[in-house]
Amino acid sequence: MITVDNLTKRFGPFTAVGGLSFTVKPGEVLGFLGPNGAGKSTTMKMITGFLAPTSGQVTVFGHNVQEDSLAASTVMGYLPEGAPSYGDMSPLKFLRFVGEVRGFKGRELSQRVDSVVQALQLSTVLNQPIDTLSKGFKRRVGLAQAIIHDPKVLVLDEPTDGLDPNQKHEVRKLIQNLSKDKIVIVSTHILEEVTAVCTRAMIIAGGKLLVDDTPDALAARSRLHGAIRLQLSHADDAYQQLSGLAGVDEIERGDQADSLTVYPKKGVSLFLPINQLLQQNSWEVHEFHVERGRLDDVFRDLTQGGCLHG
Amino acid sequence: MGNFNVVLKRELASYFATPLAYVFIVIFLMLTGVFTFFLGGFFENGQADLWAFFNFHPWLYLFLVPALSMRLWSEERKSGTIELLMTLPISLKGMVVGKFLAAWLFTGIALVLTFPLWLTVNYLGDPDNGAILAGYLGSWMMSGGFLAIGSCISATTKNQVIAFILTAVVSFLFVMSGFNLVQEWITGWAWDWVVDAVAALSFLTHFNAIAKGVLDLRDVLFFLVIIVGWLLATAIVLDMKKAD
Repeated sequence: MITVDNLTKRFGPFTAVGGLSFTVKPGEVLGFLGPNGAGKSTTMKMITGFLAPTSGQVTVFGHNVQEDSLAASTVMGYLPEGAPSYGDMSPLKFLRFVGEVRGFKGRELSQRVDSVVQALQLSTVLNQPIDTLSKGFKRRVGLAQAIIHDPKVLVLDEPTDGLDPNQKHEVRKLIQNLSKDKIVIVSTHILEEVTAVCTRAMIIAGGKLLVDDTPDALAARSRLHGAIRLQLSHADDAYQQLSGLAGVDEIERGDQADSLTVYPKKGVSLFLPINQLLQQNSWEVHEFHVERGRLDDVFRDLTQGGCLHG
Repeated sequence: MGNFNVVLKRELASYFATPLAYVFIVIFLMLTGVFTFFLGGFFENGQADLWAFFNFHPWLYLFLVPALSMRLWSEERKSGTIELLMTLPISLKGMVVGKFLAAWLFTGIALVLTFPLWLTVNYLGDPDNGAILAGYLGSWMMSGGFLAIGSCISATTKNQVIAFILTAVVSFLFVMSGFNLVQEWITGWAWDWVVDAVAALSFLTHFNAIAKGVLDLRDVLFFLVIIVGWLLATAIVLDMKKAD
């Protein structure tokens, strides 16, 4: 259990994080979303105890991260932004170092190192200096270091930044697999990641918490939520008839002449009426797609102060 | 401070993982040789001691030790590993001591490697080996003093070059404060106790006493106090500035 209580950080006159409060329970995967400079990294640095807050406090499983920092750091694994590691060391030596600092010795140390090397597929670069590794490998070394002690709390600052799609997928799978009884806090720019791994999403901008909800509920705020995308013959005819349909808010012509996007009025499902209409007219339908809502629309609307639809 | 030895081990290994260790040792050995034989007149003195050797150590350390200490914290700050290190379960004290000891042990290794000189005097004459041992100990203590200063200054900046220059300047002040030049300069206007205090801070005065073979506990204590004081300052600086 992590309790963040009225957390504030000021750098001179600039308020990076202003009065943030929330709790995270075991089993939750919390995604931090926000534009650059929103205070995500600063918040994570305060949660892990690296940065002292100007006011407020963070408690991790009963340990205050400032006053009881050693105890708090033993239950936490942390991947700092940019995955820093000692460039002149090899992944093997680096992981053994972190393992030793975490108090593992002998057989257990080797087992721990082996298991994270396997989990993150590092075996091919084990003895190369970290400096010479690609960005993706460096990131994975950083992740391996964070999970070597099987921590109850995992704090990952942009864990998939710089990875290729396959590696991103691997890392997400890794996070999903370990999150059963753990607390995972992930910050990211990549919104699909939130839908993929998080059970809860927070949008932060200007150091303030804007939204705290499930990714699905967030997506539902999008104007596109429940909209139906069609590609069909007789698009003009369809446009006419669909306009007359009850519950339709607006229809948009797509880039191609034969595609339409039908937006519903708030809380209305258009699936059945449109389906019926299509069958009655026996138009040739090439595509029929119900939109779930786009997180990036919601994100943009919220963080740029635009109005929300739906 | 529990696992400072893990930090020490990593740090010491990192010296030897890069050319740093070898370059440092080779230069150190070459320069001690040059100073001892050419400037110190080792043979011309006609004495079976290592005074000509130890005499130049303060000046040698003045620019060699900052080269060693500049990376202690600057590098961690620059590469961001300080964030990693400080969120691992190691106390601040453990980190400061571990890193310092690694560097101090390293200068110890460099010193030990000057043993051919010791063999030479023993071959040529019949030196007071106790005095020579005291000289080595004094030299090592002094290098610890320089390193502790460097550790603190390295903690203040991300820039290794700035750390190097500032450390050299501060170290220079600590060496020079015992010299007549400085003493005469401040005797004119400062109170007597200030003059005494400045003189008492001099690395040179305390080192010369030990190097001559007079192992006074007060001189050893002086360097220990210098080391502990500057390491405490390092910890305070780190705590205040780690995230800047």
